[in-house]
Amino acid sequence: MEQADMDTEIDAKLADIIDRGNATIADATDLQSLDQVRVSFLGKKGELTALLKSLGQLEAEQRPKVGARINHAKAIVQKALEARKAALEQAQLADALAGDAVDITLPGRRQAQGGLHPVTQAMNRIEEIFVGAGYGVEPGREIENDYYNFEALNIPAHHPARAMHDTFYFGDGSLLRTHTSPSQVHTMEAQEPPIRVICPGRVYRRDSDLTHSPMFHQVEGLVVDQGISFADLKGTVIQFLQKFFEKDLDVRFRPSYFPFTEPSAEVDVQCVHCLGGGCRVCSQTGWIEVMGCGLIHPNVLSMSGIDPEAYSGFAFGFGGDRLAMLLYEVDDLRLFFENDVRFLRQFN
Amino acid sequence: MKFSEAWLREWVDPGLGREDLLHQLTMAGLEVDGVDPVAGAFSGVVVAEVASVVPHPDADKLRVCEVDDGETVHQVVCGAPNVKAGMRTAFARVGAVLPENFKIKKAKLRGVESHGMLCSASELGLGDDHDGIMSLQVGSLGDQVSDVLDTNDVIVDLDLTPNRGDCLSMKGIAREVGVLNNATVTFPPITQIEAEIDSTFPVRISHAEGCPRYLGRVIRGVDLSRSTPLWMQERLRRCGLRSIDPIVDVTNYVLIELGQPMHAFDLDQLSGEIDVRLATAGEKLTLLDGQEVVLDEQTLLIADGSGPVAIAGVMGGERSGVQSATKDVFLECAYFAPLAVAGTARRYGLHTDASHRYERGVDFELQFDAMARATELLLELVGGQPGPVVETAKVQALPVASEVTLRHSRLHELLGVEIGADRVDEALQRLGLAVVSRDDASWRVRSPSHRFDIAIEADLVEEVCRVYGYNNIPSQAPHTALSLRDVKLEQSPETHLKQYLAGLGLQEVITYTFVEPGLLDLFDPGAKPLMLANPMSREQSAMRTNMFPGLVDALKQNRARQLSRVALFELGLVFQQGEQDIEQPQKLGGLLWGQRAPESWHARHDATDFFDLKGVVDSLCEWAGHRRVDYEPVASRILHPGQSARLKIDGQSAGLLGRLHPEIEAELELDGVFVFELDAGRVLARPRRQYARVSKFPTVRRDLAVVIPRSVNAADIEASARKAAGVHLVEFRLFDVYEGKGIDSNEKSLAIGLTYQSQTATLTDDEVATSAGAVMATLAERFGARQR
Repeated sequence: MEQADMDTEIDAKLADIIDRGNATIADATDLQSLDQVRVSFLGKKGELTALLKSLGQLEAEQRPKVGARINHAKAIVQKALEARKAALEQAQLADALAGDAVDITLPGRRQAQGGLHPVTQAMNRIEEIFVGAGYGVEPGREIENDYYNFEALNIPAHHPARAMHDTFYFGDGSLLRTHTSPSQVHTMEAQEPPIRVICPGRVYRRDSDLTHSPMFHQVEGLVVDQGISFADLKGTVIQFLQKFFEKDLDVRFRPSYFPFTEPSAEVDVQCVHCLGGGCRVCSQTGWIEVMGCGLIHPNVLSMSGIDPEAYSGFAFGFGGDRLAMLLYEVDDLRLFFENDVRFLRQFN
Repeated sequence: MKFSEAWLREWVDPGLGREDLLHQLTMAGLEVDGVDPVAGAFSGVVVAEVASVVPHPDADKLRVCEVDDGETVHQVVCGAPNVKAGMRTAFARVGAVLPENFKIKKAKLRGVESHGMLCSASELGLGDDHDGIMSLQVGSLGDQVSDVLDTNDVIVDLDLTPNRGDCLSMKGIAREVGVLNNATVTFPPITQIEAEIDSTFPVRISHAEGCPRYLGRVIRGVDLSRSTPLWMQERLRRCGLRSIDPIVDVTNYVLIELGQPMHAFDLDQLSGEIDVRLATAGEKLTLLDGQEVVLDEQTLLIADGSGPVAIAGVMGGERSGVQSATKDVFLECAYFAPLAVAGTARRYGLHTDASHRYERGVDFELQFDAMARATELLLELVGGQPGPVVETAKVQALPVASEVTLRHSRLHELLGVEIGADRVDEALQRLGLAVVSRDDASWRVRSPSHRFDIAIEADLVEEVCRVYGYNNIPSQAPHTALSLRDVKLEQSPETHLKQYLAGLGLQEVITYTFVEPGLLDLFDPGAKPLMLANPMSREQSAMRTNMFPGLVDALKQNRARQLSRVALFELGLVFQQGEQDIEQPQKLGGLLWGQRAPESWHARHDATDFFDLKGVVDSLCEWAGHRRVDYEPVASRILHPGQSARLKIDGQSAGLLGRLHPEIEAELELDGVFVFELDAGRVLARPRRQYARVSKFPTVRRDLAVVIPRSVNAADIEASARKAAGVHLVEFRLFDVYEGKGIDSNEKSLAIGLTYQSQTATLTDDEVATSAGAVMATLAERFGARQR
């Protein structure tokens, strides 16, 4: 056979193999049938393998040339096989993943969640603000005696200021504390200045309406040191209110009267709801009365064993529930003590 | 204290408009609590005279009047019983508008034309007197009633603090407005009225401490058929007082004008002498308001020859009171010491304008002026002849104007701002604080007799600060030593505890610490709780001795709101009378009821049971860091005997948990209520941590399945197994409990996982097998266990 004829014949044969190879590879729909295709072309008895084996029958100088052509064809088939294999594997993985898919919009497997009472949250917030400035926290007791609730706070037995406190009494003369101020006295008796504490807790007065509950929460603040002034009191109260409400609210101080402070002041804060324009929350005045405060009365310092000439101090007291009402815009104090879970949950 | 703005402005001109004046009062510590118009809004109402009155031809109760308004005579039909010819009254012409936009039109009443309307005070919004048409003694015919009665005036309600008794009068408020504005106050002149007759009535003071000064004056021949003029009635009304009769009105007027309470007795009803003394226990007095009180020994009395006639400074008695037939009166004008009156009114459940003022302190130099003013007004209103003013006094018992020193340096220190000496001078002068002596560094001042609240230097600091303006004081952050706080290692913070419980699914509640006694008794049978002497109601009268009443009540409220699952906790105090003191320990209460978990697509909807409850307590103890946690059976009258336990931490009782006793559940119409109450202090006491080295050798596990009698406790099995297993046992896990098919009904099967590990070597199979064998043998011996 002529050299040229022989080349043409082998080329035609290889081209045929490649065509058929491509077609059967494309027809293979899974890895198993693809492997059969590989065996039929490239396996021990495969067509290309057989062609390579037949090289021995050629003359020595022809073998490299023909061999190269066969190997070229083999590489083409090999490549097509690999590409198809990768595609089939990809498809198989995709199938498997699709089978594992879940409805991700179904609710998760959760634990039931509880929550903290809104008043607790407000009280925690208050504590956090003061503790951050180095104040201690002294909770105190709820049943007090007359001395700590009144006498030691410069409110003797027949003082008209007692009428300002609608006190719950027990038969033996003990009483439910009407304010957290007794904690002032306990603290000053137990600690040496400098003193910086807040005293949060439940207090009691005989009163019940939209803004009064017979049991409510107060926070008392107390600072005693050398050279504590009314300016310090103002700075502390203003900063606290602005931090608590996270607003640069105006704050004003009005002269007032508490037997245990002198000078005494009542503090109004710019309405947190309308910012002073006048609304239902502030009864159209633009201001909300939030606390009482003052410099600690020298008699109170003396009675607690602190020399009023050497030290001075300030005290302030406000309603935790009242601030919670303003913070959360709750308009009826009694809601806090009805313990309706549907109400409480809204603050979680 | 209510007052009329127009009256105030007669005495002092602050140079401020209404709004600014009221704001100034509030900012000076005289808080304005309310402002009300003195009258309704009306127009076209004029002063007119009733010229004639004839009966209505077709109506018994109506009259036809001719009314002269100075321009024209109008025919008006009037139904008021008091209308009579010659009286001057308020006439609403046709076209007038009365309050609530009531327009006056020409009308026909039972066939007679009426051109306008004669008005009662209440129809014009001038008080609530609607007995008849107004009698006007002011103005000229045709004058607008709104002008002659100054209806543009307002009633200002001041909420005064107890220290400012000096502002409980027009005089006091005017004085304060003068101080605030540095304005001159023109007080009405006081005219001393000379005696016209010699009549006196003897007075003796037996208790000078309570009554250092008592002025008395007889006035004979008063005419009580006269009525109080409208101007005085209006002023009293605008200061919150009703007109009663001319004499009471005069004493009330002096009370409002000057701040001095007075009392008038019917002279004919007095016998012997007036004695100001303490009551003897059991004496009785019928008061002006008709109620009879039994007096106690601390009560300061005014008595005459036949017994008590008044509680001093509080209220007069009925017997000696002025009546319409009274001809001669005895006027009392006394200074009673605040301590003598304080508390008296409250003891008798009385609160009067007099006691309110005496308790806070009445100017002890005011009595002569007040007596003169009252006499003057009385003569003007009801005539009569005055006797001499007789003073009975123990001068040494009168208060002494206090002298107080104000140091300039102290003022600076306490206010945190330098106020110049000249400004201090000015403030003291404006306040009427007489400077007795002064040097470069201090002032010695004497407080005026009307200021009972100035006793120490701090009081002067406040006064100067008030005049300077609280809002002119700078504000600054305090400068103080930056010392650090204690943070307790062996104490869990309360807020963390609360947040942990919230994470476990419990909602915090805050319940009242006073509860209904019956409910409390249900949860603490036989307890003797502390009872409030003056509760708001019986439902809130007993101090809780445990946390259950509030929690269960909260459950009931929520169950009524159709919730299917309720999980609550509360941290708070409970109260009990101890041997010495009242004990008020802090407790942590919790409650679970209803479904174990919220209804969902993946969970079974089981009801909460004991192990949900115990799981909460277990988790809590683990969170709190407690290692030795045990449960033991407990005999509690309020818990289910088979589903309740006492919690022990480190061998000491720390609380109770369990299902409510079925009898209590039945009583409350509840089912499946699980509660706990723990000692908060014990739970929060966090043991200090000590670490053990973590072994690097592998663990080996052996599982045992044992059958034991049903009555044996899991805890006993665990304790015995741990003891028998030896030092290498690192975990005992009970992973199955089975009762039922294949097991005798008196027995149960437990599956136990024993995990071993050594710190020093890999354990051999033999070592583990030996230990597991020892465990099995011990369980067999102690509990009759057999391997399954």
